[in-house]
Amino acid sequence: MAKWIKVKNNTKINLSDIPGMRIDELREQIIELGKRPIGFFGKDWGFGYVRLFVVLADDANCDLYISSAIFAPNDKSYESITQYVPSFHIFEREFYEQFGIEPLHHPWLKPVRQNQDKYPFFEMEGEEVHQVAVGPIHAGVIEPGHFRFMCNGETVYHLEIMLGYQHRGVEDMMMKNPSNQLAESINGDSAIAYSIAYSQAIETLKGFEISNKAQLIRKAALEMERMAIQIGDMGAIAGDIAYLMGAAVFGATRTLVINTMLEFSGSRFGRGLVTVGGVNYDFKEETIQKALETFDKVGKDVDRMAKTMLKNSTVMSRLEKTGTVSMEKARDIGLVGMAAKASGVELDTRFDFPDKWMSELGITRKPFKGSGDVNSRFKLRYKEVKESLSMIKKIFNKLKDYKDEPIIVDGVNNNYASDAMVVSLSEGWRGEIVHIVMTDINRKISRYKIKDPSFNNWYGLALAVRNNGVSDFPLCNKSFNLSYSGNDL
Amino acid sequence: MIMTIVNLIILLFVPFLMLGLIKKTKSFWAGRKGPSIFQPLYDFIRLIKKDFVISKTTSVVFNIAPVFAISTVLFAAMFVPLATGSAIISIPVGVIVFSYTLGLGKFMSIVAAMDTGSSFEGMGASREACFTSIVEPAFFILIASVMLLTGNYTFDSLSHIISNAGSYGILITIFAVVVLFIMILTEGSRVPVDDPATHLELTMIHEVMILDNSGSDLAIYSWANGIKMLLISSLIACMVIPHHLPVLMHVLCYLSVLGIVSIAIGTVESGMARIRMSHVFEFIFVMSSLALVVLSLVMARMFGG
Repeated sequence: MAKWIKVKNNTKINLSDIPGMRIDELREQIIELGKRPIGFFGKDWGFGYVRLFVVLADDANCDLYISSAIFAPNDKSYESITQYVPSFHIFEREFYEQFGIEPLHHPWLKPVRQNQDKYPFFEMEGEEVHQVAVGPIHAGVIEPGHFRFMCNGETVYHLEIMLGYQHRGVEDMMMKNPSNQLAESINGDSAIAYSIAYSQAIETLKGFEISNKAQLIRKAALEMERMAIQIGDMGAIAGDIAYLMGAAVFGATRTLVINTMLEFSGSRFGRGLVTVGGVNYDFKEETIQKALETFDKVGKDVDRMAKTMLKNSTVMSRLEKTGTVSMEKARDIGLVGMAAKASGVELDTRFDFPDKWMSELGITRKPFKGSGDVNSRFKLRYKEVKESLSMIKKIFNKLKDYKDEPIIVDGVNNNYASDAMVVSLSEGWRGEIVHIVMTDINRKISRYKIKDPSFNNWYGLALAVRNNGVSDFPLCNKSFNLSYSGNDL
Repeated sequence: MIMTIVNLIILLFVPFLMLGLIKKTKSFWAGRKGPSIFQPLYDFIRLIKKDFVISKTTSVVFNIAPVFAISTVLFAAMFVPLATGSAIISIPVGVIVFSYTLGLGKFMSIVAAMDTGSSFEGMGASREACFTSIVEPAFFILIASVMLLTGNYTFDSLSHIISNAGSYGILITIFAVVVLFIMILTEGSRVPVDDPATHLELTMIHEVMILDNSGSDLAIYSWANGIKMLLISSLIACMVIPHHLPVLMHVLCYLSVLGIVSIAIGTVESGMARIRMSHVFEFIFVMSSLALVVLSLVMARMFGG
């Protein structure tokens, strides 16, 4: 029997086709294959058995590798994979927390979402060493999370990030009552990306395809979301270094983008736009015309402001060489999405797992040369805004060809495929959003697994602030802008 | 008597207008309308009516610090020539009393910040103490040079620079104004040294030290900070306004200098980002080097050919 099953993004897999083996063998296989983990989760397999599924991504060949291991009721530990492949660290921690099967010799076995009161902090000792504790309640209107800095004077030696305050049991809720509304509210700033990932998974399991028009509208909405957030974050970075003009201009420009979304879908964040079977709102010709005019202005404003800002020496002295994550580190700890791209690791599911439109619209990847500092992350945002703008224009153009297609197709009432699984990837603005859905023989959803890019990237933030001034932390944090609720689920 | 009352009114109320004008300028550069110029005054009135919350971990030091903050700046104000061009107390050692009275107020606010036991406030206190210690020598070099030049050991000497040193005087005045302007930015906790608008505790300097203060205590701190900015601006006014002007003219000139200083602060804040904390020293050291330039100009004038 093969050790792995090789599939594509968004394809139905029969659970019976997934190989199962002993964990030791699986570990050998993972080390041998050397691919990037995007899913590593357990499922209750009945009678005390636990089945561990592993999904690896081969980004160069747009393939996904899936395999599994089974733990008997008295298997309570195994040799951790993290020792050999560091990027598994957070996945093994999560698996341990959810199923109590301990990865032995894991170098950093700490809670992911639970046990806030007895979190085993890393301790430093010394005369000038001091700890600074921030949160979980913060001064701004942001989500809760606890940060503890081990400092020597103004220099941060180590940052420990303790999350889990937003844990709501989303995976369970999605399993019992899946809906677009719920998927959208998992992570409010990636509402469209989440809704798309969810809808794609369900459509695959129900075995139908949506219209070309709906696909294009989803794609355009996803890019609009990306653009809005990236512009907003550029403004937030400017605000953090007290560069007033940047904060004001980017803030105003972001509003133009989300207000356009409001005209399309009735919600500034695109809530309620994407639904299983297509989209709820048609993009009308006159609204598109108006949007294109607005986006012209947006493009010009962002361009002018970003150029002015990047020419300002005081700004550059704050951004350059602050919060650096090297390419090796980014690869080792398994950063994804924006954070990885800024360090020079090109991971983007839009290009790694392309749909048919990428080639039809002639959209190609333009690699980004970054050094992994705040400056790179700022410039990457600027670049992505420009790319999203040109993509949106192409998509709007293409939409004309499918004027008469329906925006929503019937199929919602189909039954789920039985005993199947699907891996659905979508590229939110932060990075890949992974939804993995399984059904049982009764055609009911039996496991819903979600992975937000923040889940991988929080540790990257901890590495980024090492040897930086403690007063530069807010700037580093804002340049990543990771999600608490996406991590905590 | 009337002059004293005029001075007192200006001393107590104009700081709010300066803060309002800075905000207005920043709003202008950001393309916004901005709050009314009187908003800081309204905020003060709102806060002063409020009760305050005191942390259980603090001691008496924390309670008396705001009193020190306001009383020290008001005492220091007596030595500074204000709107009418003359100080209430004009004695030769005035500058030393002025500096160390302000120093006492700062010491008390630092001790009060440490008293809360918060790690943020400890960091803020250490930053503030550090920056102040660099400002102090620069200020003394500047004032002492000017006093050497004019032979007058009160703050009045500032207004005699040009009459004493002619064309050198203009150069000296320009450098001295820049030194004092940087001092305002530092002591008034403005961009690029500090960011008064931020909500991020980890990056704050002055704001974080008063994080535990609320209600009337907070109002008093921000008032005292405004008065301090006004006092240093008064030294600038002293230098650039020709003396022996009619009193009314002098008051008008004085107010316009304060206005120009406020607009300059607002413009600086809009045009540049805040300096990285570890580079702030270099910025404040600019004061010292310019003060030394003033000293050498004075030397050149007095002993040169």
